[in-house]
Amino acid sequence: MELAVGGIGLSYGGRRVLENVTFSLASGEHALLLGPSGSGKSSLLNIICGLQTPDTGDVTLGQRPVVRNGLLCGADGVRKRHMGIVFQTLRLVSALTVRRNLLLAQHLQTGARDPGGVDRVLDRLGIAHRAKARPFELSQGEAQRAAIARALVGNPAILIADEPTSALDRDNTKGVAELLAETAHDAGASLLIATHDDRLRDYFGRTLALAEGRLAG
Amino acid sequence: MISLALAYLRDRPLTTALNVLLLAIAVAMLVLLLQFGKQASERFDRDARNIDLVVGAKGSPLQLILSSIFHVDQPTGNIPLSAMTMLRRDPAVARAVPLALGDNFRSYRIVGTDESFYDLYGVAFAQGRAFDGPMQAVLGAKVAAETEAGLGQEFVGSHGFRTDEAGEQAHDHAPFATVGILAPTGGVVDRLILVSYESVWDVHGIAHELDHEHDGHDHLVDDRDHADEGTDPPALQSTGTGPEPELTALLVTYRNASGAIRVPALVNRQTEMQAAVPAIETARLLQLLGASIEGIRVFAWLLAATGGLAIFVALLNMARSREGDLALLRVMGASRVQVFATIIMEGLFTAALGAALGWLGAHVLIGAARANFATLADLGFQAWSPVAGEAALIAAVLAIGAIAALIPALRVYRIDPARVLARS
Repeated sequence: MELAVGGIGLSYGGRRVLENVTFSLASGEHALLLGPSGSGKSSLLNIICGLQTPDTGDVTLGQRPVVRNGLLCGADGVRKRHMGIVFQTLRLVSALTVRRNLLLAQHLQTGARDPGGVDRVLDRLGIAHRAKARPFELSQGEAQRAAIARALVGNPAILIADEPTSALDRDNTKGVAELLAETAHDAGASLLIATHDDRLRDYFGRTLALAEGRLAG
Repeated sequence: MISLALAYLRDRPLTTALNVLLLAIAVAMLVLLLQFGKQASERFDRDARNIDLVVGAKGSPLQLILSSIFHVDQPTGNIPLSAMTMLRRDPAVARAVPLALGDNFRSYRIVGTDESFYDLYGVAFAQGRAFDGPMQAVLGAKVAAETEAGLGQEFVGSHGFRTDEAGEQAHDHAPFATVGILAPTGGVVDRLILVSYESVWDVHGIAHELDHEHDGHDHLVDDRDHADEGTDPPALQSTGTGPEPELTALLVTYRNASGAIRVPALVNRQTEMQAAVPAIETARLLQLLGASIEGIRVFAWLLAATGGLAIFVALLNMARSREGDLALLRVMGASRVQVFATIIMEGLFTAALGAALGWLGAHVLIGAARANFATLADLGFQAWSPVAGEAALIAAVLAIGAIAALIPALRVYRIDPARVLARS
């Protein structure tokens, strides 16, 4: 399912945050959205996910519009059904076990409860043995895997991760990057990672460099 | 989302437990008040039905009512048998039922009376027949069930109204034979043993026409028959009423309305007896208790409101601290209504748990009190006899839970997921 972003512009507090951002991501393609803090990465991800309204531009996933002429358009439904999001702070629900976090996400995204599907995702991410653990009982690596598992449990068309390696050392950065790439590949999903971490360039074939709200090149 | 609401409650066990406890205590108090009011009122109405007046010895009119109708207090004294004759001759009196009290069998009161007692209470026989001679007894349904007594079995009464009373003395010389067992009435009759009042005189050797007082109550005795009662012979007194035997009280039913005006005045002004009106005395009793009951009721509702406030504070704090979680749920596909409902459910679950525990606790408490306080058992209080008001009470407590959750839920409803997630 192709992601098409066209002519996105955004101003905030009199400052131009995004300026005519245009790119597309083919079905199953992996790309890095690289830029320093304040470059507009998070705003762009929010717009792509339909969480924020731009001033101008369009976003479509497959044939489904998320933003049309600067207005949100069916964004909730597209995000819910076709996008898997890994947040920078992971945001696992602390009151629930890892498995129940996934079951809840699966239910919210697909309307179904398929414990077998949840167990398969946990197994694929190598954390099936931690299924009954609560988030605060997990190591950073396990929590990262659990968050990725949750993003994948609804079988999304695109996996979007916001600064997934911001707090990790070199070894763990490599591990997470490879894990995201592998799991997205295995799931047949596109992958878009927003990061300021230049080290991730080595793991992804395509980089979209964002500077002062504009895509380079 | 239901499991999420429950998980959030489990995630803060101390706060949840305290909120539940507050509501449970409030509900338990209110259920106890409802139960007390309903059961006592029903009991008073049922047991006092058809009794317009109680005539007995002078003293507290409330005590006379309690001892003669509800059988929970000591009698005020004795009255001459001639009082029965006098009242039965009065054209305004339809019925004057004699009571001769003073003895018990295993804490069930032995009531000396006559066949008019059956008419007054409208009793039916489950087994056997009415007494028609001396030393014959008819057992109330509860007495028969608890003592496992059957027709033909004999038993011996004891002085006083409790088998555990100090100085209890059994009338071994005068056993009663069971000739009948009454069908259950749901009233005071179930826990009475009915005998003829002449039998009571026989047990106490009324032929000597002497009255004595011991173990805290008055009744009729015979010095000859107490020869077997150990080293504590009763103090014998002349009744001063000649050879006439005595009764404890008379339960009077008027034939017409004029009785209500004339008979009490006649008894109170022209005899050494007193006439007490059950309706007035029970109303006075309830009025005396009323202020305390209202005070407790107000306190209980304040407690319930405090419980609601505690839920409100807990959920408001929760809504603040878990804004990120709830924003994430929105991003993952939860609707505004779903996250709103999650918070409302937390309030409702807390209130429901408090209401259930309070309701259960109140009924268990009534059962325990009934087992440990004989007066409650004597008044026929039932542990598991829900009243309609309890459903309304539980609904009110659930409403408190929902209202307490409303503002936190609205706060969550208005969450802007992008803004919250960006902030975090």
